[in-house]
Amino acid sequence: MKALSIRNLTKQYDNGFQALSGIDLDVAAGDFFALLGPNGAGKSTTIGIITGLVNKTGGSVEVYGYNTDTQINEAKRCIGLVPQEFNFNVFEPVREVVINQAGYYGISRREAAKRAEFYLKKLDLWDKRDGNSRELSGGMKRRLMIARALVHQPKLLILDEPTAGVDIEIRRSMWEFIQDINKQEGITIILTTHYLEEAEAMCRNVAIINGGRIVENGRVSELLSRAMSETFVLDVEDEGNQDELVLPDYTINAREPGRLEIEVPKSQPLNRLFEELTQKNIRVQSLRNKTNRLEAFFLNLVKTKH
Amino acid sequence: MWLAENIVAFRTIVIKEIMRFVRIWVQTLVPPAINAFLYMVIFGTLIGSQIENMSGHPYIEYIVPGIIMMSVITNSYGNVVSSFYSTKFQRNIEELLISPVSNFTILAGYVAGGVARGFTVGALVALVSLLFTDLQVHSFIHMLLIMFLTSTLFSLGGFINAVFARSFDDISIIPNFVLTPLTYLGGIFYSISILPAFWQKVSLVNPVLYMINGFRLGVLGESDIPVSVSYLVILAFIGVLGYWAMWLLRHGVGIRT
Ligand SMILES: Nc1ncnc2c1ncn2[C@@H]1O[C@H](COP(=O)(O)OP(=O)(O)OP(=O)(O)O)[C@@H](O)[C@H]1O
Ligand SMILES: [Mg+2]
Repeated sequence: MKALSIRNLTKQYDNGFQALSGIDLDVAAGDFFALLGPNGAGKSTTIGIITGLVNKTGGSVEVYGYNTDTQINEAKRCIGLVPQEFNFNVFEPVREVVINQAGYYGISRREAAKRAEFYLKKLDLWDKRDGNSRELSGGMKRRLMIARALVHQPKLLILDEPTAGVDIEIRRSMWEFIQDINKQEGITIILTTHYLEEAEAMCRNVAIINGGRIVENGRVSELLSRAMSETFVLDVEDEGNQDELVLPDYTINAREPGRLEIEVPKSQPLNRLFEELTQKNIRVQSLRNKTNRLEAFFLNLVKTKH
Repeated sequence: MWLAENIVAFRTIVIKEIMRFVRIWVQTLVPPAINAFLYMVIFGTLIGSQIENMSGHPYIEYIVPGIIMMSVITNSYGNVVSSFYSTKFQRNIEELLISPVSNFTILAGYVAGGVARGFTVGALVALVSLLFTDLQVHSFIHMLLIMFLTSTLFSLGGFINAVFARSFDDISIIPNFVLTPLTYLGGIFYSISILPAFWQKVSLVNPVLYMINGFRLGVLGESDIPVSVSYLVILAFIGVLGYWAMWLLRHGVGIRT
């Protein structure tokens, strides 16, 4: 079963800007899926079309088999959305925000109150339930939007940069929460994020969108195995000849006293790098992977195809 | 299923709308009561005592229905235009757009919120008027029905205004430049029978005249216009504005990109 199936989706905004130029995308039910891309790539536009906030120009969208042209209400019931920007009424009390959203899905006020309690407790907002939602901190506002998105118990949860501006601790607990609902309740997750290490650690499948086109799509593990090179930062014992150092098989991206940044092609074993450095009297004291691998892959892709 | 869901959604919107204007009662309920009080003191008591009568009624008695109607009109309109515009502005309209609420339910919910505000203010102003005169009621049915329909009409107007509005300025242009002149010239303070024949004719173009006179018939049993004509005019406007509002929603004008 597919949670989402998009065919040849296009979008031209009223000002003539072509934001999407023919997107095809499939997300299996139960998947944990990342939609990645640089600023302005078309992620939010795609999400807007799926959720009914943006009118598409062409193509088709199916959510759990419901076509958004002909069965929009069925499709909408399947989807929960955590938008990129805060969009609740800041003058409403926190609990009302959740209860009202449930009401729009036809959930009675009594049932809505129960669910609001459940999700607000789960997301650590119960203490704040009667306060104005504008009094919440940024991270709390994000969590409020997650509670709101879950109140009608959707099968597909779409999160547009849920961790933007959230501190590390809360970010981690948010990810745990999202992973939990994915594993335990089988809710399909689609998210966008600019923290690629998070996407690498958590997502099973990924699509990379750039300039309104999908430029890569597949399993995270498979994409990573295709990454062409990795960059390492080496702390070295300075023997004074770093500036003239030349390594024919490698690219040295940066050098400063005591530190080298070297790009190692996948085809070259790391041992050889060490051997060559040793020959040149450079002793490596420590080494770390500069970027996470997905990030390198991503940057490469976005750079070359755009 | 679909109907039951939309009834719940409708109730949710109405409750939310009522809670909104009650929460900010200092801005929404007090000013119209004070305005009405001032009108009644100045025009009704001070100036009105110099006027013999209007269409056979003491002047204060004559203007009270008009003042109630004026409050209903401006508050119904004002409620929907500012609430729906700020819903758009804060983007919490998206809460409605992503859920399976029908466009009709959205419109009906906001309009009902405007009607609730119109009736609340109408009742407050009626209470204030009791300080000045015994409010008699000629026909409850006409009084309430005309008030309900007028409130519905202007709530629809406020909705359409909010759909087109792109700034907070845009939500005060129509009230200031269209609504206020039309209500003042719509026979709140005078019977058009005191106007020269030409201006009587011109006044007949003003839709508000039909509402105020319809309401005055409900209260005083006195009207410049046959009440059936009042109903026809109001219903016709509701039909046109309602259709327009639905069209705008269906096409996502001002709310979907
Ligand atoms: N309402 C609009 N009218 C015109 N152009 C728009 C509109 N909304 C977005 N765009 C343009 O469409 C393109 C894609 O925007 P979109 O918001 O989908 O990007 P994104 O991938 O979500 O970026 P980000 O990572 O910054 O959130 C951008 O160039 C943007 O300027
Ligand atoms: Mg975005």
